[in-house]
Amino acid sequence: MKSDKILLDHGSGGKISHSLTKDMLLPVFDNDILAALNDGAIFDLEGRRFAFSTDSYTVDPIFFPGGNIGDLAINGTVNDLAMCGATPLYLSVGLIIEEGLSMTDLETIINTMGRAARAAGVTVITGDTKVVPRGTADRIFINTSGIGLIPQEVHVASNNARAGDKIILSGTIADHAITILTQREGLSFETSLQSDSAPLNHMVKKMFMDAAGNAIHVLRDPTRGGVGTALNEIAEKSEIGIEIFEDKIPLKDEVAGACELLGFDPLYLANEGKLLAFVAPDRADAVLQAIQSDPCGKDAAVIGQVVTDYPGKVFMNTRIGGKRIVDMLAGEQLPRIC
Amino acid sequence: MTLKHIDEYRDAEISQNLIKKIKSISQKEVRLMEVCGTHTVSIFRSGIRSVLPASISLLSGPGCPVCVTDQAEIDAFIELARIDDVILTTFGDLMRVPGTKSSLQKESAGGRDIRVVYSTFDALEIARKNPAKKVVFLGVGFETTAPTIAAAILSAAQADVKNFSVISAHKLVPPALEALMAAADVKIDGFILPGHVSVIIGLNAYRPFFDRYQIPCVVAGFEPTDILQAISMLVEMLESKSPALDNAYRRAVTAEGNAKAQQILTEIFEPADACWRGIGIIPQSGLKIREKYAAHDALQLFDIQVPDAKTPHGCACGEVLIGTKIPPECALYKKACTPMDPVGPCMVSTEGTCAAYYKYHSD
Repeated sequence: MKSDKILLDHGSGGKISHSLTKDMLLPVFDNDILAALNDGAIFDLEGRRFAFSTDSYTVDPIFFPGGNIGDLAINGTVNDLAMCGATPLYLSVGLIIEEGLSMTDLETIINTMGRAARAAGVTVITGDTKVVPRGTADRIFINTSGIGLIPQEVHVASNNARAGDKIILSGTIADHAITILTQREGLSFETSLQSDSAPLNHMVKKMFMDAAGNAIHVLRDPTRGGVGTALNEIAEKSEIGIEIFEDKIPLKDEVAGACELLGFDPLYLANEGKLLAFVAPDRADAVLQAIQSDPCGKDAAVIGQVVTDYPGKVFMNTRIGGKRIVDMLAGEQLPRIC
Repeated sequence: MTLKHIDEYRDAEISQNLIKKIKSISQKEVRLMEVCGTHTVSIFRSGIRSVLPASISLLSGPGCPVCVTDQAEIDAFIELARIDDVILTTFGDLMRVPGTKSSLQKESAGGRDIRVVYSTFDALEIARKNPAKKVVFLGVGFETTAPTIAAAILSAAQADVKNFSVISAHKLVPPALEALMAAADVKIDGFILPGHVSVIIGLNAYRPFFDRYQIPCVVAGFEPTDILQAISMLVEMLESKSPALDNAYRRAVTAEGNAKAQQILTEIFEPADACWRGIGIIPQSGLKIREKYAAHDALQLFDIQVPDAKTPHGCACGEVLIGTKIPPECALYKKACTPMDPVGPCMVSTEGTCAAYYKYHSD
């Protein structure tokens, strides 16, 4: 039963989102740079390599523990550029504001964006503001685009994972998604969780300083769709198999508890300040230490490795010594009945 | 409430010992059914199937609330959503279930007011805040969820919230076990009984069933070690030919169950015949709202006409639910029926057997 309308699932970051990109967008805008489907576009211009990325931000609620839609919008695009191996430089900001949004709220959001940009070391150099009638947008939507420069020695791409690579995850998973969820109306349990929204470009810089540029093969921030979906995309594009270990994946107790309650798998929940790195085995320790030396990376761990078996697939070795496949998320996870 | 996850129940060493024990005692081929969908997911996620000896087969049973909801009931929910002035409130996993012609998700995309809630009391709150609207909650689930839904109906009655009603499509577990045993082609040697349901109804609720069929039954919790413990007990009973009704979830399940929850269930609901997808009508296996609370019974308040509910052609959800087929034996599995474009409800719900196979089972 195919849908003739857009469903929320089309925005989940899982398989249904992918089919929308592949079936509707790629054929129309057909070109090699887009077809690579990295976090941002990577291209050469006048002898230098650039990364260019865009992302739109909608979140409910717009203010949440650990941040608001403003720093999410700055950090998100900064991170997309950093995942291309680029040094993020300039950003654009487009605001779509619903009539009636309080001026104080807007001011808070803009000030947060200013602070986030300074913290990331990027400059907002162009922007746009639109106001739409009440009811035609949900308070505020933000689009940011960004451009960054890729050092010559850096070559990261989602099709560049190699057999033997160690897979490093920079910290606990699903913090952002569970924080947002617990803030929504109707969820009565309280947690001390905070969104992990943070710029990762400083961490990436440290990683490349400590490892030869060509030892880091893939960088990816597991946002929508989570770690499970990101690993599947990499396995598919690099035509390699991935093996991860359940007991190595950093997960906060509170997040694990909330997931059990709601029937969610944290592997598919969004992160806004975490990265996955595929690193040549002889440099993995050095890169792990570089990540751990960053304030956002102290819980980093090696969670698995690239194998030559089962290309395109991701397997998990479970705590009890079992093994199972980790598939890509299909659509948005919905809380279960019991 | 703060949340802390209990890792000790996943402890690798305890698991390893249980697995060793199971391997050492298991001789004959046995087919064990986990009745509950949450067990199915836990079994897949923890990789239990991959560590059991080949002599033990695990079958998934009719314990996913969304999956056993009859096609006509799903169509009725969709019809309700189409009534003007109705705000339909539901648990999330019903959103994608395909009815004969539409789904709640598609009705929502088409502009109908359908809201996912986490508790029935949130639906009641929506009713209080929207006095001009009629707020209907979709009461789907087993003995686990029914008490909180009953409590919401009682609150609505006491506070006279006139615009709140529930459509009750609840199902009861013990009558379903009876129906499974009565079905001629079902071969089950033992049951892993649901944990949450048993917290409410207590171990004794299964006694009449056990006395009649003398089949090994063990209540299990949801952590991998809980499930391995239950499997080990069942295998021991089968090997020694000494069937029993036992409890491997003593930290939560008592003999009598939760008296308060049972009391409120009896106050609001009375048992009624119910139609289960794949099984058909099982006598006294559902819950209908008592006449006393008719003012909050959506079935009485709205004239819902469901024209010819049709189960999708070729869909084997029915056989999958009673364990006579496993998902890869369905002609539609992974071909016409995927989580992105599900044909049957077992592919939709996170607790559905087909969705669990699709997500966690490699061919």
